Amino acid sequence: MSPSLQTRLRGALRDWSLPRQLVGADPARQAAESAASRRTRPRLEDADRVGTSICPYCAVGCAQLIYAKGNDVIHVEGDPTSPINQGTLCPKGAATLGWMLNPQRLTGVKYRAPYSDHWEERPLEWAMDRIAQLVKQTRDETFVGHLPDGTTANHTLAIAELGGATLDNEENYLIKKLCGGGLGMVWIENQARV
Amino acid sequence: MPSLGASFGRGAATTAQWDVTNADCVVIMGSNMAENHPIAFRFVMQAKEKGATIIHVDPRFTRTSALADLYAPLRAGSDIAFLGGLISYILERDLWFKEYALNYTNLATVVEDDFKDASQLDGLFSGWDAESRAYRVDSWQYQGEAVPSSSAEQQAQTTEPYGEKLKRPSDGPPPSDPSLQHPNCVYQILRRHYAAYTPEMVERVTGCPKETFVKVAEAVARNSGRERTTAWCYAVGWTHHTTGVQMIRACAIIQALLGNIGRPGGGILALRGHSSIQGSTDIPTLYNLLPGYLPQPSAQRSHRTFKDYLEAEQVPTGWWANFPKYAVSLLRAWYGEGASPDNEWGYQWLPKIVGDHSQLPMMLAIGDGLIRGLLLIGQNPVVGGHNSHLIRKGLPNLDWMVVREIFENETASYWYRSPEVERGEIRPDQIKTEIFLMPASLAGEKEGTFTNTHRLVQWHDRVVDPPGECRSDLWFFYHLGRRLTALHADSDDPKDEPIKNLSWEYPVFGAHVEPSAEAVLKEINGYTWPDRRQVADYQELKDDGTTACGCWIYSGVFPAEDHNQARSRVPDAPGGPGTHLGWGFAWPSNRRILYNRASADPDGQPWSERKRYVWWDAEQDKWVGRDDPDFVADKPPDYTPDWSKRPTGMDALDGRSPFIMIADGKSSLFVPAGLKDGPLPTHYEPVESPARNPLYGQQDNPVAKKWERPDNPYHAVGDPRYPYVITTYRLTEHHAGGIPTRLVPSTAELQPEGFAEIPPELAREKGIANLDWVVISTARGEIVTRALVTERLRPLEIDGRRIYQIGMPWHFGWHGYATGDIANTLSAIVGDPNTSIHEGKAFTCDLRKRAVSSQLSGDAGADG
Repeated sequence: MSPSLQTRLRGALRDWSLPRQLVGADPARQAAESAASRRTRPRLEDADRVGTSICPYCAVGCAQLIYAKGNDVIHVEGDPTSPINQGTLCPKGAATLGWMLNPQRLTGVKYRAPYSDHWEERPLEWAMDRIAQLVKQTRDETFVGHLPDGTTANHTLAIAELGGATLDNEENYLIKKLCGGGLGMVWIENQARV
Repeated sequence: MPSLGASFGRGAATTAQWDVTNADCVVIMGSNMAENHPIAFRFVMQAKEKGATIIHVDPRFTRTSALADLYAPLRAGSDIAFLGGLISYILERDLWFKEYALNYTNLATVVEDDFKDASQLDGLFSGWDAESRAYRVDSWQYQGEAVPSSSAEQQAQTTEPYGEKLKRPSDGPPPSDPSLQHPNCVYQILRRHYAAYTPEMVERVTGCPKETFVKVAEAVARNSGRERTTAWCYAVGWTHHTTGVQMIRACAIIQALLGNIGRPGGGILALRGHSSIQGSTDIPTLYNLLPGYLPQPSAQRSHRTFKDYLEAEQVPTGWWANFPKYAVSLLRAWYGEGASPDNEWGYQWLPKIVGDHSQLPMMLAIGDGLIRGLLLIGQNPVVGGHNSHLIRKGLPNLDWMVVREIFENETASYWYRSPEVERGEIRPDQIKTEIFLMPASLAGEKEGTFTNTHRLVQWHDRVVDPPGECRSDLWFFYHLGRRLTALHADSDDPKDEPIKNLSWEYPVFGAHVEPSAEAVLKEINGYTWPDRRQVADYQELKDDGTTACGCWIYSGVFPAEDHNQARSRVPDAPGGPGTHLGWGFAWPSNRRILYNRASADPDGQPWSERKRYVWWDAEQDKWVGRDDPDFVADKPPDYTPDWSKRPTGMDALDGRSPFIMIADGKSSLFVPAGLKDGPLPTHYEPVESPARNPLYGQQDNPVAKKWERPDNPYHAVGDPRYPYVITTYRLTEHHAGGIPTRLVPSTAELQPEGFAEIPPELAREKGIANLDWVVISTARGEIVTRALVTERLRPLEIDGRRIYQIGMPWHFGWHGYATGDIANTLSAIVGDPNTSIHEGKAFTCDLRKRAVSSQLSGDAGADG
């Protein structure tokens, strides 16, 4: 047996908690420690804050706790105080972190010009300006003040908004207010129907 | 949900999920709850541990069935035959809860003499107009009076306005016969209508053995009454049919007859599939509604002026008499100072609808070139829409399209990656569309509220900033609105008045100039005008312009300047009331069980100690209990309206009428107004069915929304080319159109590719082995997928014939780690007449083994 192996063996034996526990040290505390257990850290030790959240998938409404360090989410788990999920999450809810931190997420605007065969990257502000122009132009060209029989319509049938049912209530509210109340769009729909 | 609205007054789950633990019996039908709402299913299991009987009725034997005490198979789309059988069984054997149903439902109400039901007219009701393919509803009314729709969202397709008759409920209560002998009282009509729905007929139509059906009926009846309650849970297995609304209606009739509404352990739990489906209906991005279930003005109704609109939509008796307060407050919230009594509060700026502008016809209108620009916000219609090939062929007709998403989805990439591109049917160099694919942010990166499946509004924090140029949809619409306001600032064109007058000032914060969701939620809650003090609840709203409110039913969610009730996280301790009133906000008024006045008997006392919930406290002169009482707080049980004074609003409802949103305060077993396909649920076959309707000459729903055209063909009844029933469904590990899970490694690994479930008997006939590639086809298209040969889908004997059913999850597409052909390439654009919800749960198809085994080749790329 080489000296180095002997040293390692001796070290491992000293680190092995069982003999210490057998000779009478408090078996649940110091005696149970090992180099490995001393190295383990609480999973959320690095978190500098936690926020309350709701699972973004189905409508059960499981509460989640989102832990973050700096501007990085480091963990998402079920909120044990929720009367709905009591800390549990299903396979989808447990995938929330994988959704948020996914490397395939879109992080910039992609633009496809008419008749083009590829995406181009464009600045967000440019896209916003262009979309506003297109909305205005389409609305201007298609706005109907009155129907042929004289009935007031004040609508455009040429622009549609189709949302997912995972939008926040506040988002839905601004959509309906702007698209319906402001622009006169009537094709305003949501996955809630289908 | 017009079904729950028409039956009880509000279109939402009547109970809280956790209350299911109080049930003595739970029936799950139209839902695979264990797999699709697994966390909510824990409450079903907790009820089972306490001794409850669990029943699952479904075409597929799933993990829900495996954990149930009793599983009843049935053919996809035959649910009303099953439920109608239950109604008949309960009535004919006198198993209903008499004191409850006689007092709290319209069972004794007498209907017009000339009403004829489907048993007399071979599947139609009186009032059928073959030319317009619609019903005149005059003969469905209560004798001598017109009944307004129970909820403003439901507008009957009537050929004449109610006009003067509308005011009649103020003259006195509807005529009734408590002895139930009158031949046209609802009780007798129900008995006649469902007389043919015998256990034998149930077996013939649904394929469920009659012995199994009787076991279900006995269990449900045994677990209902003073001492016991039964809860029902359903999901899109009921809504995705051309008879979907009436399926839920049939359940509502059963629950009201058995006295299971408004009571602990009872109710109907609508299980929604997306984090804010309920919220998207309450604060609707739906074409026919304004926030809080106010109808969108229509050019086809008497909505010419604001006065006309109020007259047409205000229900004189019951809670909806408050309609003008909610409408004026909404207009004040939208148009601020621009709204005044002189301009009808800006009413004319609201666009008038001219027809069905829902998602199904929207897809046709895109293909037809009527719609030129599309804002697509977190939806993936190429996968989740119907007749996907038609959608993909139609999208190139758009001038521009904005897709806001977390990942690139199939709708954003159809122009270079779809099977149509591979086949050369679509070429990028011929597509004019300008497409913007914009990165969105998730809960945790943005603040706001979701409304869950039981009306619970819960706040989520912004914990971190979203990555890169990801922005919330709140940000997108706020800044789009800012730009449009600026672009129109100098316009004096009358058409630009609404955008110029739109109240669009919200505080912003941070480097991204993010609008404050709290400020928006405060507006949704409502405040006084012009001093902007938060209102505590909707009872403070006025019709004189002194209050603004974005959605009246949410009033109370932000009742004071620094009080965001949606963010409240205080659960009840173990052994506490168990209603968790400190956790979030449930609309209306933080109420957890709706119609809970019905948890007490007509005299206001609990039906039983075991089911005590809300009751009348004579000493305090008010309703008390574990929840917010769903009633006028101090109206005694013995209150009777003084009809000589022509009372209106809540004064016209007596102290024994728990369904305050309905004009007569009673649950509508029979719905005189508000539904387009009849006052009672009737079994019609799915539009595509292998079988003739065994009950009536009328084959399918006579008013089903059909858009039959060359690119959206339907299969004829019993078409031998498409002999199999197919039903689509979801998996535990995937979400809807699949984008949020197909691209996430953990979920993609658990369910890595598409498949179809095929019964072993059918597989043998076709020479298909497990994991073989198969081709499934309809007249709309065909797809290639893997066979999962399983006994979970049993062949059923229907009217003496063996019928096979195939099942297929619809999440898959070409993006992500978990891929597969798009199931909705097979489905058709066809819908329920009341909701325009598609029929994805029951249609017909063909199946064959693919000749050459190979990799996925894209739909209709099959060469077998």
